[in-house]
Amino acid sequence: MEIYWYLIIAIILAVFFVLDGYDFGVGIIHLFLAKKEKDKKVISKSAGLFWDSNEVWLVAAGGMLFMAFPTFYAAVFSGFYLPLIIVLWLIIFRAIGLEFRNKFNYQMWTAIWDKAFGVSSLLLALFFGIALGNIVRGVNLGGVENGLSIYEKHYFFLPLWNSSFSPLSENPGVIDWFTIIIGLISVITLSIHGAAWIILKTNSSINHKLKSVIFKLNIILLILTIFSLIIWQNINPNSFNNFIDKPYLIVFPLLYFTGIIGLFFSKKITKDIYRFLFSTSIILGGITSSLASLFPVILPTTNNVNESLTIYNTAASKYGLSVALTWGIIGIILIIVYAIVQKRFMAGKIDGMDYGH
Amino acid sequence: MEDMLFYDRMQFAFTITFHYIFPQLTMGLSLLIVYFKWKFLRSNIEKYNYAAKFLMKIFAVNFTMGVITGIPMEFQFGTNWAKFSELTGGIIGQTLAMEGLFSFFLESSFLVLFIFGEKLLGQKLHFLAGFLVFLGSWASGLFIIATNAWMQHPVGYEILDNGKFVLENFSSLFKNPWLLPAFLHNQMASLVTSSFVVASIGAFYILRNKNIEYGKLFLKTGVIFGFIASVLVAFPTGDWNAKNVVKYQPSSFAAMEGIFHSEKGGAEIILIGQPNMIEKKLDNKIAVPNILSFLTYQNWNTEIAGMDQFKKEELPNNIPMLYYSYHIMVGLGTIFIGVMTLSIFFLYRKKIYHIKSLLWFIMFLVPFPYIANLLGWYVAELGRQPYLVYGLLKTSEGISPTVSSGNTLFTLLGFMGLYFLLGVLFLILIGKTINDGPEPKKI
Ligand code: HDD
Ligand code: HEM
Ligand code: HEM
Repeated sequence: MEIYWYLIIAIILAVFFVLDGYDFGVGIIHLFLAKKEKDKKVISKSAGLFWDSNEVWLVAAGGMLFMAFPTFYAAVFSGFYLPLIIVLWLIIFRAIGLEFRNKFNYQMWTAIWDKAFGVSSLLLALFFGIALGNIVRGVNLGGVENGLSIYEKHYFFLPLWNSSFSPLSENPGVIDWFTIIIGLISVITLSIHGAAWIILKTNSSINHKLKSVIFKLNIILLILTIFSLIIWQNINPNSFNNFIDKPYLIVFPLLYFTGIIGLFFSKKITKDIYRFLFSTSIILGGITSSLASLFPVILPTTNNVNESLTIYNTAASKYGLSVALTWGIIGIILIIVYAIVQKRFMAGKIDGMDYGH
Repeated sequence: MEDMLFYDRMQFAFTITFHYIFPQLTMGLSLLIVYFKWKFLRSNIEKYNYAAKFLMKIFAVNFTMGVITGIPMEFQFGTNWAKFSELTGGIIGQTLAMEGLFSFFLESSFLVLFIFGEKLLGQKLHFLAGFLVFLGSWASGLFIIATNAWMQHPVGYEILDNGKFVLENFSSLFKNPWLLPAFLHNQMASLVTSSFVVASIGAFYILRNKNIEYGKLFLKTGVIFGFIASVLVAFPTGDWNAKNVVKYQPSSFAAMEGIFHSEKGGAEIILIGQPNMIEKKLDNKIAVPNILSFLTYQNWNTEIAGMDQFKKEELPNNIPMLYYSYHIMVGLGTIFIGVMTLSIFFLYRKKIYHIKSLLWFIMFLVPFPYIANLLGWYVAELGRQPYLVYGLLKTSEGISPTVSSGNTLFTLLGFMGLYFLLGVLFLILIGKTINDGPEPKKI
């Protein structure tokens, strides 16, 4: 039962990162590459139309995590207190940027909100990566000092950083050089994804340039990925065991690398949708590989006093999980129906659509 | 430890108060939009269609604010109330997750279609999209109030040895006797807010001599809906809630009514008075004998338990605030019924559009339903104290064990700054939307 919920939540989160991920990427591209007012408008529009219907995926994943793994929700949300609240503030800023930009046509007004949208997208992408980095690296569960827990065994509290910035220290902070690398990977991946989306959805004048930007970013991505894998192996020597025990899990890393390889042909690809599919597969592959390597752990411990959090020791009761599965399946079918209905009516390039409510 | 609890509570109270400014409008407004769209389908008069689309613009701005401020609410269960989440997540997580899955998706998907899709969808489907937005927002209210109802009056649970609450019976979450009255009262109260807003926009247009046709339409519709909703808020739904409170939370009833001592031979109803917590009495009291007993039990002489009947630890810890919140809510409710009855009377006599003073009054009435709604929630939440889950889990036992008060104060101040900015932007946008008016711009 725990496994079903684990899968459902993982899928919903992955969908969130695929759907909302391009919004973040769009924000980053917008910040660095969009120069002409017309491009800016069209580009922010390509995110603005859909952000709140994409954001509900995050809300839904949060709600389900709360229901299915309450102990995990409690431990992680209080343990990562500051970074999470900062993420919230960034989400709010980004939303304001998107919603308010096109409401008035004063130059100063749009300039401010463009920056708000761009910068918060960039920082969010970075923070999401850092979060993933923290999860694969693990935390000091129970706040162990000198062999004794200072909190209950599944609680912890992470400072934003500690003085050594090292993932190998006893009490690693949220930000250390390993999590920063994962953060950069996330920024680059989402930028690629966003660029692919802009090319797909708009006729902006920078589309051509974006194709080669994708190509370049893709090279950096590959280098960083290999680098991070080596470090990860050093932090946690068991990190690849799952793939050896269950070889079929290899499909996830394969998915990731297929995306990267595919994008090396970014400039030659004629159908825009393929580029988008490749970047999607990088995101999906990246998330699923990380989860698969940890499974059934969802938050590893860095000390040998307290056990890691797994889907089994943090789950709600069997009865609760099974009733929820009944309504959950109905709900998910409904969501898919809405998504299809909505995307069907909203297909095509959006330059011409009249926007602004 | 003490101030940790204090900042956690302040932050929750501040953020939920801000959040609830928006849904209380959207839930009621969606009904009015469906109504206008339906009038248009029936009559084919363009005016109704523009009215519906105009109100949907106001809805959309509020909806966005609802989303933006709602995400912090969900996060806070984990960030600030970790122990509470860990212990009860298996139960309240059910209703919260259902809210996400069944209502937010519905609302947000069809809102986009309603706003952008009129031509693509055709009129009938456009109406349907509006209706689904309405359904989504009311479902969202239902699920969140089911969550709250469980905290007010827990049902269908079992407590394990390690203190965890586990779900024993799913359907009892929705058969909770607290849920239906609270939901209906809350929805009617949100209809009050939105009708008053619509009526006030109408009054504004008439007074400014601009968009007169719509001014009259909004004023008329707002007044009619406002009248019906104001009456329903007090009776039967408000009364029904009061009976629930006496039955399930007698100590909080005593505190909100301001009854310090039980009186033999029937309780009086307090109209005015200031609780004096030291001498345990009301200062400057004006009260009518025996009415409270009659209202609660339909019997003039039934005794109602006063605060002297309860141990201090079981009484809510902020009695004056609870008492004022309740009396202001009920007082405003009474005034609303009065104003709306008067307006209906002049509407029926077709004079209302010319009585300037009444129009000004209606226009400036707008903040008061918001105040009544928020204070109503203060009654519910302060009355629940000192428990987080009534009778079972103390509020002080629910906070996050690892988050220090310095961190919470930091984030509380951050939320205050950010929400101030949000509030200003919101007002600018709403002002612009109202000023642009319902007529499509001629290019
Ligand atoms: C426009 C807003 C409004 C108005 C005019 C009223 N209420 Fe109310 N009331 C609410 C808005 C509200 C609310 C915000 O919607 C609450 C909070 C929780 C709930 O379900 O509804 C509420 C709760 C609430 C409760 C429950 C408190 C608790 O849970 O402990 C009672 C007993 C009443 N109301 C009674 C009344 C009565 C007798 C009214 C007579 C006029 C009245 N309300 C007017
Ligand atoms: C608009 C609606 C609401 C308002 C205005 C409101 C207001 C408040 C206030 C003022 C407090 C602080 C209480 C205190 O000072 O002790 C509070 C606490 C709290 N409320 Fe609400 N509330 C609302 C709805 C809800 C709902 C629907 C829920 C549940 C889903 C909820 C859950 C809580 C929790 C968990 C706390 C913290 C614990 C506590 O101090 O009791 N609230 N709320
Ligand atoms: C602690 C309590 C609450 C939590 C955790 C909460 C959570 C949320 C969240 C996460 C959203 C954004 C949804 C989206 O992405 O579309 C939202 C919006 C909404 N909330 Fe709340 N909320 C709370 C209190 C309330 C109350 C008391 C009501 C009304 C009874 C309410 C009604 C709504 C509605 C109708 C929306 C949709 C947006 C809108 O129409 O403005 N919420 N809420």
